[in-house]
Parts: sequence; C-alpha cells; structure tokens
Amino acid sequence: MNEAPPPLDLLGIRKSFGGVAALTDVDFALRAGEIHGLVGENGAGKSTLMKIIAGVHTDYQGTMRLAGRAVRFRSARDAKAAGIGMVHQELSIVRDLTVAENVLLGVQPLNRFGLVDYRAMRRIAGEHLHRLGIDVDPGLPAGALPLGLQQLVEIARVLFSGARIIILDEPTSALSPPEVERLFDLLKRVRDRDHSLVFISHFLDDILRVSDAVTIFRNGRRIETAPVAAIDKHWIIERMIGAGHEQLEESYTGEIFLDSRPDAEVVMTAEGLTAPGAFEDVSLDVRAGEVLGIYGFMGSGQLELARALFGKLRLARGRVRLGGRETKLSGTSAARRAGLAFVPESRRAMLFSMEPVFKNISISILDRISRLWLRPDAERAIAGTHVKALQIRPPLVDRPLGTLSGGNQQKVALAKWLTHLPKVLLLSEPTRGMDVGAKDDVLKIVRSLRERGIGVVVVSTEPETVLSLADRILVMKRGRIAREFAREVVSKDRLLAAA
Amino acid sequence: MTSSAAGAATRVPAAALWLRSQLRNIAPFATLIVLVALFSALSPSFPTLDNLGNILQQISVTGIIAVGLTFVILCAEIDLSVASVANATGIVVAFFTMQDASVNIANLPLPGAAAIAIALAASLALGCATAFGITVIGIPSFIMTLAMLQIGAGICAMLVRGQIAYNVPDLIHTLGAGTIGPVPWIVIIAALVLLAGHVVLTYTRFGRYVYMTGGNREAAEYSGINTRAIVASVMVISALCAGLAGMLGVARFGSAQQDEFGDFLLDSISAVVVGGTSLFGGQGGIGNTIVGLFVLGVLNNGLDHIRIDSFLKILIRGLILLAALIVNVYAQRMRTQAATTGAAGG
Repeated sequence: MNEAPPPLDLLGIRKSFGGVAALTDVDFALRAGEIHGLVGENGAGKSTLMKIIAGVHTDYQGTMRLAGRAVRFRSARDAKAAGIGMVHQELSIVRDLTVAENVLLGVQPLNRFGLVDYRAMRRIAGEHLHRLGIDVDPGLPAGALPLGLQQLVEIARVLFSGARIIILDEPTSALSPPEVERLFDLLKRVRDRDHSLVFISHFLDDILRVSDAVTIFRNGRRIETAPVAAIDKHWIIERMIGAGHEQLEESYTGEIFLDSRPDAEVVMTAEGLTAPGAFEDVSLDVRAGEVLGIYGFMGSGQLELARALFGKLRLARGRVRLGGRETKLSGTSAARRAGLAFVPESRRAMLFSMEPVFKNISISILDRISRLWLRPDAERAIAGTHVKALQIRPPLVDRPLGTLSGGNQQKVALAKWLTHLPKVLLLSEPTRGMDVGAKDDVLKIVRSLRERGIGVVVVSTEPETVLSLADRILVMKRGRIAREFAREVVSKDRLLAAA
Repeated sequence: MTSSAAGAATRVPAAALWLRSQLRNIAPFATLIVLVALFSALSPSFPTLDNLGNILQQISVTGIIAVGLTFVILCAEIDLSVASVANATGIVVAFFTMQDASVNIANLPLPGAAAIAIALAASLALGCATAFGITVIGIPSFIMTLAMLQIGAGICAMLVRGQIAYNVPDLIHTLGAGTIGPVPWIVIIAALVLLAGHVVLTYTRFGRYVYMTGGNREAAEYSGINTRAIVASVMVISALCAGLAGMLGVARFGSAQQDEFGDFLLDSISAVVVGGTSLFGGQGGIGNTIVGLFVLGVLNNGLDHIRIDSFLKILIRGLILLAALIVNVYAQRMRTQAATTGAAGG
C-alpha cells in the first residue's frame, strides 16, 4: 500500500424505501483535502446517500469505511462522534444564544463551581473563529447576524465539535454574491487543513467554482465522477438529465416551442418588486390567455414572489398594476378584490380539512353570494357544479375535505377560484407530489382557464411543471429574473443552464 | 344534518365514526345529565322549578360574557380581560349615576341614557384597544388581554378609590335586578344575547369567516379573507358583551366595587371550553356554550344543595374543568382522525 486510504469510501451501497430503490450499487470516495461537489435532480439519490453517511438512514446494504476501517453507524450521534458533520439548508443555529454559545453548543467550559464559564467560552470561541478567518463578535446573539454569517458560525461549530468530514446541503441558495465569496473562502481554508467537504447544490456554477471533483447522480445511481478541471456546465447537465442516453422521459428531452402571445392584452404589470431577503427588482407582465411560468431552484425567490403578488408578503418597493390601474396589495383580501387568485404550494395552507367541500369552495366568493345572511343552498349548488365539472371524487359536497385524496383536494383548491373568474390566477407548485392522472387533470384545468382569457402565473421549482404548462417562461436566480424565454424553443437543459 | 351515500353503504362503522366525531358535542351533554341525575338523587331541594330559576339567574351574567368569549375562542384567540372589562363598565355606569350622599365618590351624575352610553363606549374603547394591540401591533392575545385585564382593574380602582357605589340607571336596574312576571329580566337578556350570538355565528357571512379564521388562519388568508379584521371584530364583540354583563351584574349584585367580577373570567372561559368549543379554534359554537353554562351552573348550585365541605367544592370544580379539557383535546384528535381516515362525517 503506497497511499493512505481515503477518509471516507462507500462500496456497493443499496437502499430502498418500501420496495422503491433509492440507491443502486453506489460507490463513492472522498479524499482528504478535497471539496467534492454532488449534483443530481431532486430524487436522484444524493441526499439519501448523505443521510446514510450522517447516520440518519441505518438500514442499507453495502460497506462504508472511514480511513479504511469498516464502520456501521447506528445513529446520527455515532456519525457525529466519528467526525462527520452536516450543515443543512435550514440552519440549526440557536438564534437566541450568542455566537460563542452556538460554537460551543453542548461542550460549554465550566468554572470551578460547576457553572458555565462564559468568559472562557467567549475566549475559546473567539480564537476558534479567528483561526478560521471568520470576523464576528462572539458575544453577539446569533439571530442578529445576517444569514451568511450565521452559516459560517454553524460551520465553525461543526468544526469545533471535531468534524473531519463536512456535508453542506445547498449552502449557497439563500446567499448574496459577496456572502457566497466569503463562504467559499472559508471552505477552501477548511479544505487546506486537510478536511474533506461534500458540497450538494443545484447551482452548477457554484459547484464548478469551488469543487475539486464532481459526482453526478441520476435515478439512484452514481453516473460519473470527474475532476472539475476537465468538465463544464453542459457536460454536467447532460449527465444529470440523461440526454442522449437510453432512459429518456418525454418531458425531459422534448424541446418545446413556447407559443407566447406577445400581442395579447396585458392584464397585470409588476415593476421593480423587491422584498428584502426574497427577491429584488422583479418586473414582469402577465397577459390575458397566457400561462407565464416562473422557474427557479428552491430559494430563488419565485415562491415568495407569488405570495407577494397575492398580498401575503409585504413588498418593500415596487408597483403592481392590474388592468391598467395601480393596485395596492395591502393584504390578501385586497388582492382578491382586485382580481387576483392564489393557490399556495402547501395543501395545509389552503384547505379547511374539517369543513365540508362546499364551504371550502364557497369561501372565496361568499361576499358575492351573500351580503349578510349565508345561503347554504346556493353554496352547495355552486360547489356541485364545480365538483361535476372537475370530476372531484367522491362527488359529495358535504364530505369533510380531509377525507378526499390529495389530487382531489388540489382540485377543490382550484375550484374555489373558478366561480367568479379572477383576472390573474397565481399557482404555486400546482402539481407537486401528484400522480400522473391528477397532474393531467390540473393541466387540463389550467389550459381551459387560459382559453377563457385568464392570465395564469405558474411558479415552480420543478422544470417539468413549468415546461408542461407555460407559454412563456421567466427563470429566477437568487431573487432576480435571470432570463426570459418567449417564442422560442426551450428544453429542460436550457432552463437548468439559465438557473 | 347530512347523511352521505358512503355513510349509508357502510352503516355501522360510519355511525361509530360519526359518534366519535361528535364526541365534542356529546360529552358535555352527557356530563350535564349525569350531574343533574346525581344532584337530584342526593338532594330533594335540587330538582325544583324554583331552583331551576336560581340556576338560570346564576348563569346569566356569565352567559352574556361567554357569548363574546365564544367568538374569541372560535377564532383561536383568548380574552383574559373580560371580567375586568365587565367590572370597569359596571363601575363607569355607576360613576355617572347620582349616588346617595353617604357614598364618598367624586361621581358625575348624568341622565341614565348618557351614563349607559358612556359605559358602553368605555367597553367599546377597551375592546378597540385590545383589537389594535393584537392585529396591528401583533401582540399575542394572551399577553395583550392580560395587560388589558390590568388596565381595566386600574380604571376600576381610579374611579371608586376603594369605595362602593350602589345606584345605577333605572333601565339597568330593571334589566339587571327586575322581573317580568315570574321571569327575571336578566335571564331574558342572557337568552337574547345567546340567541343573537348563535344567529350571527351560524347564519351570517361574518360567522362563517369566524369559523374559517379559527379553523385555519393561513388558509383563510389565502382565500382572501381579511383575518385581521375578523380577529379585531371578535375582540370588540367580546368587550361589548363583557360591558353589558358588567352593567347588569352591578345591578344584580346591588353594588359597584373593585374586584367584584373575579370569578367570572374563569367561569366564562370554563363554560365555553367545558361546552366543547375547541381551544384550537374553528369547532364548537353557542350551543356548546349553553351546555357548558348549565354544566357549570348545575355544578355550582348543586354543590350547595348537598352537604359537602365548602372548601372541597373548589377542588371539585377544578377536577371537572380538567376532565372537560381532557375530553376537549381527545375530541380534537378524534375529529382530525375521522376527517383524514375517510369517515363519513356530518
């Protein structure tokens, strides 16, 4: 043996969830002093693999070795003790504690009375942060720091707890460009201390800038590992979506011509919309009878944009005009009265599961069918027509909504906006987690609304959703509109390349 | 109300599930029947028409307060200031009424109608302050109404300065302490307020919004409902109900003084919750509150009719309240299950 064994390597890893294979024969090795980029679509298996490494999933087949020694973690605590640290997209910083307390979480130094020695804590944390080149006052409450610094503090904590292998899940998605720079500086310093880092991200540019090697996952398999010097973004995208290979899904390869309608009447204009921390300087037009798709990775700001357009998220700047008139989106009820409608991405956020179907449908039109007194018969009748038209199963308007299947609940959520048609319908992740049949139904509903001259806005983090619905596509990147596709051929790899 | 086709197809389990989903409504009613049977068996003086009249009078003031609280709790909020607002309103109405020379309060006698108007305006103002704090500033209702409890107590203290006032306007005196034939006016007023509350909650658009806001605030907002306006309204309704109860209460007790309504906060919250209205919002109603009022009224009254250590009574009331809360939480869980596992509910 002329070379030291790698700090971490995995051989023939298999893992399935209830009979569905999530990982198939995956080999993966991490070298000392390396930043290893991990890419793949949602569900490609990269987070499953990381959860195995971090001791979250324990029932897998295959071998994991740390520095050549076979290990089998029984819990996340085992993995942590073995020097594996994880930094999630959702930070686990305790906002109310100081930076020092966060860095030394769980290992506070005690004084001779057995009480926490805060002075020593600040000193130790300060020295640790200084060594890592993180310039932050350890006495500040962590919650007061900007997100980028909180993340650096979290990485410092993971390092302080003795991690030699650090897994970072989408660390750049919520960061501004200077914050990304600062993060990358830190990652390189950590690498140069002979630690190993795994960098999971959808942002291929970021992966290519900071990684030494890249591994691509698709459908639970490791497709290829290559040194970064030898590859580029398109090389990665090709392998991520499998273009030119045998297993092609229709919507993946298909080049779609966007049949945009630049001559159609503009029903809504937004100018310079800004919500700090979510999106910045977004301007867009929505046209009658056109479906505008807004695509971006998780954290790019498009979901927040949809909420802001419905008055749920306050805008710091920007103007919205509906049908030519300036509209103040002071709240959701103002937005509804102005002719906007919204179906949020989370079902829990849009449905009253204990209430019968008809109340769920009539809720958004009550002020039109009754001034003071309710008219339940009218409500049932209206709900009945929608239930029939949208083929909601079972077709019973008095059933509590919670007893319906997910797809049917989604139809009810749509139905409540169909009695008095809005000018603009905002749909957030309209087909997420749906089976093919339900997706198809939603597709049909959206198409028929478009035929009736409604401006539809579909925001999503799934390229397929946008591609299958939109006539025109905006791609958002870190809170800004990065590219518009209109009257041109578009495909999934082009969308991904723009994001 | 509804018998769905699916329910008919699988009658037995559906009926069982329906029963489970109605636990919230059945349990308080069963409690009431058990209590009435128990006290009737233990004391011959309990099951009489006279005593029913007593119970009705005893629960009237609580009942009026509980109507406003039902709105608040259906919205998944809480109002801890009701007793304090009631006390303050009662004192305000007495403060603006001519008192006997023996009463050492620097009061400002006004015509009865003016005194009543000022008192109602005072409770309205307190309600608006609460609404503002919760919906505009964003203070949780628990904390905000705790502050308003103190403020109400402060108003009482400032106005009476440790003294006791006795006189209220004639109209208030009649409604609070008078009778029409054999029936006390206050019982009629309480019944009317309960009825009005029920009608508003069940048959008006505003009532539906109250239920929907309490059932799922986020979904209500995403449906374009101005949930802040709804929450603000229920807090104002609660203060107005408390104010009315306070004026009538002062007349009924025959005096207006500080800390007079101490028990009414707990009693009115207990009535709403014991009746089966969900503390999580969106489930329940005035019907539940009426049953809850009777459970509490029968319990308080019945314990007086049997020979029992009067100190033990306090403990027993606490235990009954605890039992009701446990049922409340279980009912919530069962209904959620029934709604998500495919029960044919009603």
